[in-house]
Amino acid sequence: MTDLGGELMRMLPFLVAAWLFVVGLYGIVTSRHLVHLIMCLVVVQTSTYLLLLGVGYKVGGAAPIFADIPVGTPAVDPVTHALMLTDIVVEATVMALLLALAIQAEERAGSVDPDQLRIMRG
Amino acid sequence: MNHRARTTLFIFGGLGFLCFYIWGLHGLPGFGHYPGPYGDILNSLSVYQRHATDVITAVNFDYRGFDTLGEEFILFTSVMGANLLLRKQKDDREELPPRDEAADRVVPPTSDAVRVTGLALVLPIVVFGLYTISHGQLTPGGGFQGGVILASMPLIIYLCGDYEAFEKVTSHVLSEIAEAIGAGGYAITGLIAFAFGLPYLTNFIPLGETGDVLSSGTIFVISVLTGIEVAAGLVVLMISFFRQALVYRKSGEESGGQQ
Repeated sequence: MTDLGGELMRMLPFLVAAWLFVVGLYGIVTSRHLVHLIMCLVVVQTSTYLLLLGVGYKVGGAAPIFADIPVGTPAVDPVTHALMLTDIVVEATVMALLLALAIQAEERAGSVDPDQLRIMRG
Repeated sequence: MNHRARTTLFIFGGLGFLCFYIWGLHGLPGFGHYPGPYGDILNSLSVYQRHATDVITAVNFDYRGFDTLGEEFILFTSVMGANLLLRKQKDDREELPPRDEAADRVVPPTSDAVRVTGLALVLPIVVFGLYTISHGQLTPGGGFQGGVILASMPLIIYLCGDYEAFEKVTSHVLSEIAEAIGAGGYAITGLIAFAFGLPYLTNFIPLGETGDVLSSGTIFVISVLTGIEVAAGLVVLMISFFRQALVYRKSGEESGGQQ
């Protein structure tokens, strides 16, 4: 049993990432409102943050900032942090673009239900 | 496809994904056992090679600078796209004073506590944003984070004032110009390296002394340019959304009792 527990702890951040991914995807699939759908997409994206941080983490590692700790101190992987940090800001603006699309869909098609938006108009 | 069929399909797909994912996890080194060596090499080299104590910023704006350039243009493009989608349409007209979309909703006036706290925060936020941008290569921060902090300033003014106050402190034209300078400046900083016979985005500026604000060469320059772009881009977004929600009205739409 201890082995199973240890294995679970070893994989916990990755399992939570998978959970966030699937739960967000479920929200997208069953969504009845465009704004809800966009928020679900954000949840899906959040799973990538957790996955990246989980991959780059090192037990006992400090933050990779050597302003007040000497170089050579064990630190976590800075690359995954850099990827994540740009992604958060970029994702916020992409979300704004999607919300703008939702506003236009509401104005042009008169609905924010993805199921009602089937008919394309030129 | 109806709702039920779609959900059923998703459940099968989701379960399949989870099975393969968990199977794939067995090949990963466990949480907390980072295998390296890429991150470890950067951690040990960044201070000597780039005189930057914040390795994350050094990775963002130097080691992976080309990648961040691409990310920055995603940001630029989506801001422009949102701006384009929310522009004044043919059947829109501007209506002043601006009002909330739902006419039947009574908005309570902003309380004095919010106003005073908000106004007291304006200056510290600007200073903190500038500090975060300019010290990105030394301590946690950089253009992306500082830009967002700076952009929250007009939002606070909207929160403790009204749309007119927000409009007074922001300028659509200036924000767009600043955004273009930020995005273009990043690309041009990379191009300048060509003049010295170096590859694109090489750090060609003298690195200075480790720990100084004006150190790390192009990392500092690009961090400032990114800060300008992010702050201006977010302000452009705010202006677009506020105008769409508060000022533009459809021609057929009821306004102030007349059709």
